[in-house]
Amino acid sequence: MNRIEVKDLNVYFGDAHILKNINTEIPKNTVTALIGPSGCGKSTFLRTINRMNDLIPSFRKEGDIILDEEDIYSPKYDVASLRKKVGMVFQKPNPFPKSIFENVAYGLKVHGIDDKDFLHQQVEESLKAAALWGEVEDKLDNSAMSLSGGQQQRLCIARTIANNPEVILMDEPCSALDPISTTKIEDLIHKLKNDYTIIIVTHNMQQATRVSKYTSFFLNGEIIESNLTDKLFIEPKVKKTEEYITGRFG
Amino acid sequence: MNINKIIPPKIAQKIMNGLFIASGLLTILILILVLGYVLVKGLPVVNLEFLLADPIDSGRAGGIFPMIISSIYVTAIAGIIATPLGIGAAIYIVEYANANRAVRLIRFGAEILASIPSIVYGLFGLAFFVVFLQFNWSVLSGGLILAIMALPTIFQVSEVTLSSIPSSYREGSYGLGASKWQTIYRVVVPAAIPGIVTGIILGMTRAISEAAAVMFSVGSALQTPISIFDPGRPLPLHLYTLATEGISLDNAYGTAAVLVIIVLVITIGTNLIVDRYQRKMTGG
Repeated sequence: MNRIEVKDLNVYFGDAHILKNINTEIPKNTVTALIGPSGCGKSTFLRTINRMNDLIPSFRKEGDIILDEEDIYSPKYDVASLRKKVGMVFQKPNPFPKSIFENVAYGLKVHGIDDKDFLHQQVEESLKAAALWGEVEDKLDNSAMSLSGGQQQRLCIARTIANNPEVILMDEPCSALDPISTTKIEDLIHKLKNDYTIIIVTHNMQQATRVSKYTSFFLNGEIIESNLTDKLFIEPKVKKTEEYITGRFG
Repeated sequence: MNINKIIPPKIAQKIMNGLFIASGLLTILILILVLGYVLVKGLPVVNLEFLLADPIDSGRAGGIFPMIISSIYVTAIAGIIATPLGIGAAIYIVEYANANRAVRLIRFGAEILASIPSIVYGLFGLAFFVVFLQFNWSVLSGGLILAIMALPTIFQVSEVTLSSIPSSYREGSYGLGASKWQTIYRVVVPAAIPGIVTGIILGMTRAISEAAAVMFSVGSALQTPISIFDPGRPLPLHLYTLATEGISLDNAYGTAAVLVIIVLVITIGTNLIVDRYQRKMTGG
């Protein structure tokens, strides 16, 4: 079953036409990579799925995004519950200037959960799921800002997992990290894909081949080609895709 | 004409180094001179009796207890009113209003408000709070004027601080499903607390140091104010009266020393607390 269906999506910021006639399907519990040169609309597409673009006043869209058979842009759809269901990990690790514990418990707290035992249990499980527990279990009260960049990014993943989402959007989650931290995040993505639908924007094509099952190639606001990652990289059907993945532009 | 030929770069560098160091040292020297002078002249008259007794014979003898209480009263009233208002306006500007004309107007208004001479505030206070609202000469009238004076400082510092909070914090919070209000009170304001507290302290120290702004509105009573409708005489006004009416220059210095120490204690104390909070927050 498809987790997310996108139908005739067009996105505008003011007069700029950013996404053009996007039609795609994101399958459940797999990793889908979005590749393409800078400014091609990958991040905008990602942010349309959890309605983060709503924060930009000039944002306007046409078409539908269906999540579990519901139109997420329908007026009766609650944005808070959407963002709980569709978590997001950002390009630069952005933990809050709070303790490690408070960072992970944040999502639960804003959704009204304050039972201490439950919070502790959820925080521990989420940190374990994000492969960070062993490194921080003795210092949950320390500031999250004292962690390394890679640890901070795994904390942000833990923070997202704590909300018990179904989909996790990752916007170039490794671009600010060193190679060792990157490997850890990629290992984590492999582990998480059994339980979550993951959509990852990446500039790194090796990363796309390493972590994803499906890949969509974006260019100038359009999806040029979508396929199984293995197929797209080995025998691309469109010339532009081939040129991009062989490094002729981008 | 090449400037390098008149003053070679290496020598120019040395001259500028010297000038910058001299400016730094001079600034500290001025501070030490002013504080030192006031404390050396004032501290000899400061003792427990001076702090805890009523003035005798208009302040020629006795203490300044009612003035300390008056100062606490007017400053507290100013803080209670100006703090939520200043922070609220800053939150509105940074988090709600998009960069539009109203925002520029509020900012401009705050700048003007901050640059109005305090004696003008004093006159306004007399007309508005004392006469029109009939609060009479009271610590309430004085405190309200000081609230208006402290407001732009608290607003401006809070606004700058809130604007400097990275938008990535807000995105992280929204991304987890938090509402705007939850994002503001759970993430943005806590992250801005050190700056906001600095703004409050700047506003409060300005308020506690004012004589001109309160001289027409607080009365000049020598008794300790009990209710907010009682007249009082804050420390700077007492100091002004003692000095200009030739009552007792020694006690004027004593009053000045007490005022300076109060301001120093507030400033240094809050700096320590803010530092601790910031270390806990950022782990730095």
